[in-house]
Amino acid sequence: MNKHAQRAAAATTAVLALALVATACGGSGGDGDPKTVTLVTHDSFAASKPVLKDFTERTGYKVKVLRGGDAGATVNQAVLNKGNPQGDVLFGVDNTLLSRPLEEGVFAPYEAKGLSAVPKGLQADPDKHRVTPVDTGDVCVNYDRKWFADKKLAPPRSLADLVKPRYKNLLVTQNAANSSPGLSFLLATVGTYGEKGWQGYWKKLRANGVEVVDSWEQAYNDRFSGSRGGKGKGDRPLVVSYASSPPVEVMGAKPEPEQAPTGIAKETCFRQTEYAGLLDGAKNTKGGKALLDFLLSKKFQEDLPLQMFVNPAREDAELPKLFTKYGETIDDPATVAPQKIAKNREQWIKTWTSLTVK
Amino acid sequence: MAVPAAFFVLFFGYPVAAIVGRGLRQGGHWNLDIVGRVLSDPDILQVLWFTVWQAAASTALTLALALPGAYVFARLRFPGKGLLRAVVTVPFVLPTVVAGSAFLALGGRGGALDEWFGLRLDTSVWAVLLAHVFFNYAVVVRTVGGFWAQLDPRQEEAARVLGAGRLAAWRRVTLPALAPSLGAAALIVFLFTFTSFGVIQVLGGPRFATLEVEIYRQTATLLELPTAAVLTLTQFAAVAALLAVHAWSVRKRESALSLVPAERTARRPEGPAQWAVLWSVLAVIALLIVLPLAVLVERAFNGPDGYGLAFFRALGSQSESGTFVVAPAAAIGNSLAYAAAATLIALVVGGLAAAALTRRAGRLVRGFDALLMLPLGTSAVTVGFGFLIALDEPPLDLRSSWFLVPLAQALVGVPFVIRTLLPVLRSVDVRLREAAAVLGASPLRAWREVELPLVGRALLVSAGFAFAVSLGEFGATVFIARPDAPTLPVAVARMLGRAGEMNYGQAMALSTILMLVCAGVLLALERVRTHSPGEF
Repeated sequence: MNKHAQRAAAATTAVLALALVATACGGSGGDGDPKTVTLVTHDSFAASKPVLKDFTERTGYKVKVLRGGDAGATVNQAVLNKGNPQGDVLFGVDNTLLSRPLEEGVFAPYEAKGLSAVPKGLQADPDKHRVTPVDTGDVCVNYDRKWFADKKLAPPRSLADLVKPRYKNLLVTQNAANSSPGLSFLLATVGTYGEKGWQGYWKKLRANGVEVVDSWEQAYNDRFSGSRGGKGKGDRPLVVSYASSPPVEVMGAKPEPEQAPTGIAKETCFRQTEYAGLLDGAKNTKGGKALLDFLLSKKFQEDLPLQMFVNPAREDAELPKLFTKYGETIDDPATVAPQKIAKNREQWIKTWTSLTVK
Repeated sequence: MAVPAAFFVLFFGYPVAAIVGRGLRQGGHWNLDIVGRVLSDPDILQVLWFTVWQAAASTALTLALALPGAYVFARLRFPGKGLLRAVVTVPFVLPTVVAGSAFLALGGRGGALDEWFGLRLDTSVWAVLLAHVFFNYAVVVRTVGGFWAQLDPRQEEAARVLGAGRLAAWRRVTLPALAPSLGAAALIVFLFTFTSFGVIQVLGGPRFATLEVEIYRQTATLLELPTAAVLTLTQFAAVAALLAVHAWSVRKRESALSLVPAERTARRPEGPAQWAVLWSVLAVIALLIVLPLAVLVERAFNGPDGYGLAFFRALGSQSESGTFVVAPAAAIGNSLAYAAAATLIALVVGGLAAAALTRRAGRLVRGFDALLMLPLGTSAVTVGFGFLIALDEPPLDLRSSWFLVPLAQALVGVPFVIRTLLPVLRSVDVRLREAAAVLGASPLRAWREVELPLVGRALLVSAGFAFAVSLGEFGATVFIARPDAPTLPVAVARMLGRAGEMNYGQAMALSTILMLVCAGVLLALERVRTHSPGEF
């Protein structure tokens, strides 16, 4: 055989092999298997194994989890794939992202069992039930207790406190353009000061030395002084994070401390609600509906807090001790309607960027 | 050439064209005014300018700092060399979030350098540039050093006997011979820093954005596909221009050289000059690479009750109960499996492409060469979202297949394989093969006994690269919804995204494991001995 023929033969074999492998893997993905239900979600999704096993035992469906990056990326992937979805149920679209998938028709209606136990205020689509509320989480300013005790300074309580001179150069927040808590904090100021007033607030906040970094990881792990059980090297005692961050700080600590090393400024919060929905065009509609029921079941709802550090949507779900002992309930968080967020988000972020970063 | 071409078209060209097309085609007709609108936006122009100049500066700085390193690894023999070569490659596989965190711990506010010297680098361009050196040092040491080690030192010695000074001999004899591999290294570093994402976000802060960051924002966050499409095309244009310059500058310099086995060219350092170079290289490595890595390891062992294995133990026990924490053994297994598959694909595709590129000449082939480099200069999110909308119909519905991950990783690995193999393949003297043929060897035999021994080392180097790239690859894999089999970098990023000392500590512990796995594999690869051409 001459060299050309030889190489051509090798090439053909390799292409064939590659194609075979590719199709084989595509085919065995499990989408067609009626015993599998596929959950498309973001990187922070978590559930404990016994709870998932319980679902399989009761319904016969095995849950296959597909992760698509952060919540924004996951939702946008679903929008691009609408009508021919990657899975059966999407979990993890929050109220800051909800408008687009609803408008684009990503979800099919289904009223999940157990919805009656969820407060009416959380139901974003009460007529058609295209999405089901699963959990809520508050984004709030956290403070380092030890830092404020050492300085004999009372920690701030509200957004108005943050612009006072005694809290100068203490707060670090995230880039609203690409960080979810960063955007939520911006929305907290929009909700509190209104569409006309928030710009003035941020001017004052900037004059008072707010620091903006790109991600939550950097703000919390590297810049905040209260993270990592006080081992954090950061020098900012105030950070935009979650209301559940203090309980998480305590988790696994031995012996159990009296209180969490960090606290919450209760009047600085914005509430994120996470929704799940049946994907339009899902291959396993029946399994998807069962999975939605399961997400609202008491079992899953009571498993949520210690797995994803959020609050269950069901009112009758019991909170774990970690949350009741070290967490705070936020009674009156700031809110902005999803439609309003969708309409103005880009413009708000542009304005915010020019006010804080440039 | 058929395999690499098919691979490239199917897994790169088609998905990228699909996502760009979706952006530019609205309501059935091409919407091209958006091009002008996006490209005249002053904010975008600023992003473009910053992207180009930081990449150029990073490349220059990396070359300046790493070239002496390449010399030391190629020409000097000293104890612990193999280990050190593996250590400098470790940054290459670290997730940028982790490395960024280590850099901040060193040079950030309240960091080690701040405490000792009052030196602060955070949110300055210097932090970005130095981090790029940290990541890409190994690229230069491995591509240039690997080639340098095989250059016959007698040529330079001959020049010196003929009266040339040390520097003049190096400049006139060695440097021209190194040019192709230098060009390759510079190109790869430039492309890597050109598409820098994590480093810019962690160390640059919100004030600095590269095209990559902007494309990510427009695609993943805003779903502004038209703008993203224009930016992607801009990225292509910039990369294509760069590739053209590179091809033009390198073509002229490639020539047949006499290559010798690497083991024979290294000597023990002699004289004050060589010792000085060795020590200064070791100092740079210690400060720029070992110190940040040491910070990570320190944090992995600095548990809640003092130093110990608390975080490592937690990784083992917590992974039993839930789906969030990944058992380290499982993550290592996933990482190794994906990386092995990706390396294999990259070696087959890249090897065949390099072979084709050596044998054939002409504009078409050179164009193909440039095309295969494009994935390095393309945003991971473009490829990831492209996969999503292009490979969504049977028989090629790969969206939820695990196979997409090694495929995406191989796309980044292929350019490395080609760039490492090509200079060596092109320098193989054709007459050697012809002589073998005259003596009656079949083409296959001639290839096995003449070329393979000469190329074997480069093949190993490129395998190491492809492996390291896919081990650390994070971008593309994150943008593909994939079955829940997290690799080490993905698991690290997940843990870092949570508050609490235990989570942070476990992230550091996993990073330490990732570093060990990488160093272990690279050391094992170095141990594989190749036939030396002197045996026959």
